[in-house]
This record gives sequence, structure tokens and C-alpha cells, in this order.
Amino acid sequence: MAPQFTEIWVYLATSPLLGLTVTLLAYQGAWWLYRRTGFHPLANPVLLAVAILVGLLVLTGTPYRTYFDGAQFVHFLLGPATVALAIPLYAQVKRLKAMLLPVIAALLAGSLTAIVSAMAVAKLFGASLPTMLSLAPKSVTTPIAMGVSEGIGGIPSLTAVLVIITGILGAVGARYLFDAMRLRDPAIRGFAIGVASHGIGTARAFQVSEQAGAFAALAMGLNGLLTALLLPALLPWLAL
Amino acid sequence: MLAALTQLLLFQLAGEVIAHGFGLPVPGPVIGMALFFLFLVLRGGPGQELQQTAQGLLQHLSLLFVPAGTGVMLHLHRLQDEWLPILVSLLVSTAATLIVTALVMKALARNPATPQ
Repeated sequence: MAPQFTEIWVYLATSPLLGLTVTLLAYQGAWWLYRRTGFHPLANPVLLAVAILVGLLVLTGTPYRTYFDGAQFVHFLLGPATVALAIPLYAQVKRLKAMLLPVIAALLAGSLTAIVSAMAVAKLFGASLPTMLSLAPKSVTTPIAMGVSEGIGGIPSLTAVLVIITGILGAVGARYLFDAMRLRDPAIRGFAIGVASHGIGTARAFQVSEQAGAFAALAMGLNGLLTALLLPALLPWLAL
Repeated sequence: MLAALTQLLLFQLAGEVIAHGFGLPVPGPVIGMALFFLFLVLRGGPGQELQQTAQGLLQHLSLLFVPAGTGVMLHLHRLQDEWLPILVSLLVSTAATLIVTALVMKALARNPATPQ
């Protein structure tokens, strides 16, 4: 029996079917856990699924390349999904027109702060250049952040993980920060969360109030676009 | 659904062509998103089919990050070596971004917007 199993394993381990199926299974398992914890931000499904998959690949000695041969079919959909983000952005167009000046000013200030402070602090604490570049787009939604990271010489997969951690930090911490600042306006709270911590923060904001969520979604879309345009242009000015 | 997916891919393709054709550092899909946004503004919103297909894609958005996120296994040594600068950077930068964005917006939104 044992040699037979080994043969089947050798065959399956190199076929794309396994990587794809395992990705979907790990994600659904992670989602189940996320729901069981009452959608606790620390039980983020991406983080859990990645932990499950890395554990599995390390245990079975499967190289990432082999796994990705199957998982690339899921990965490919990031492109059209990024394009599709224009639709929720469009849904906020009226709100955007009504508050144009504060929104644009806050967006610019927040976007710059996110990029410059992340890189400056990392440099101060002795991070390497690829790590600094991978940190720079950490406040924008993953498909955009990964694309930007690749374009400026960062490490896209490292950026993906940093983006998720940033989202969780913002989603968990924003409430305490804003309460301490006595800042109550849900539009402002939501917008700041969207700029700082993209989709994960936005999902959290929607749970607090509809208005906060809408402004967070708006901020997430705008900051994704702005960072993609701003960061490559800004790099030569940030003395690295 | 097929027509809507094709439309999304066409915008992505246009974005890629522009990004590579002009040697832009902005990712192709992001340019595709901007083009698609302009298209929606001109057209006055997405049709029902487009809306549904986009919703289907975005509903499972977090799944799409998993294959790339798993790539972190190639960089575990880097995380081990540089965990301190990474952790401090994320904490400080996230808090600073929240505070700066909120304060700027509050300062400008307080004087009610000048009538347009």
C-alpha cells in the first residue's frame, strides 16, 4: 500500500490541481474559524489561510513554486478584481463631490504620512532597502500594494503580508485612538481608517456604522489610486 | 457574466498596454481601474450584469491574496532578521496616518463647505 500512496503523492504533488484545491480548502477553513470567532479582526481569514498553507508546504517539503503552479489560477483574478474596485469607488462619487476639499486634503496628507513615516521609521531601526520598499505601499489594498511594490523594487509577497498586518492594526487600534482624541464624527473616523488600513479597516468601519463604512471605502479606493501614482514619483525625492 | 468579465479583462489589458508602452511604474490593473472609473462616470454607472460580476469577484477578494501571501515562506528569514524595524514601522506609521488624516479632515470640514 505504502509505495502506491507514494506514487500517487508524487503525481499529485506536481499537478496544479493540488495547489488550487488546497488553497480553496485552506481559505474556507480560515473563513469558518473567522466566523466562529464572531469576525474578530485578529482571526483575519487571509492571515489564517496563509499560516495553514505555509505550515502544510513546509511539512510536506513542497517548494513554493510547485504550489504556485496551481494557486496561480486564483492569483490571476487579482487583476480583474482590481479593475472592478472602480465600481464601489463610483458608488461614492456624489459624496465625494459634496466634500471635495476636506477629502482631497486629508487624502494627500494621510497618503504621504503613510508612505514617508513607514519608510523613515524602518530606516531609523536599520531595515534593509528591499524591506523599506516593501513597507512603503503598506496602507493600500493588497492588489494595488503588490503591484506598486513590484514596480519600485520591493518584494510583492512580503508587501502582501505587511498590508494585512497594517489592516489588522488599524482595524483594532483606531477606535481607541479616536476615542482618546475625542473625535466622534463617523465620516472622519471612517475616512481615516480607509486611508490607513484599506479593506480590512473598511470592513471593520462598516460594522460600526454605514456612514463610517462608506467613507472608509471611498478613502481606500482613492488612496490606492493616489499611492500607485504618487509613490513611484516620490521615491527619487526620498533620499534612500 | 462572460461579457462583464471580458470587459474587466479588456480594461486591464488596456491598462497593461499603457503601463508597459509608456514604461510607467504604476501597475497595469490600477490604470485599468482608473480607465474603468472614467468609463463609469461617462456612462452613468455600471449595468446590472457588470455590477453582479464585480460583486462576485469582490465578495471573495480576500481569497485572491492567499497565493501571494503564502509566498511569505520565501522571506521568513527576512522577517526573522528585521522583525523590529518592521513592527515599529507598522505601528508608528499606522497610528500617524490615522491621526494626520483625521486631523486634516476635521480642520477643513469644521468650517462648513463654501456653497458651490
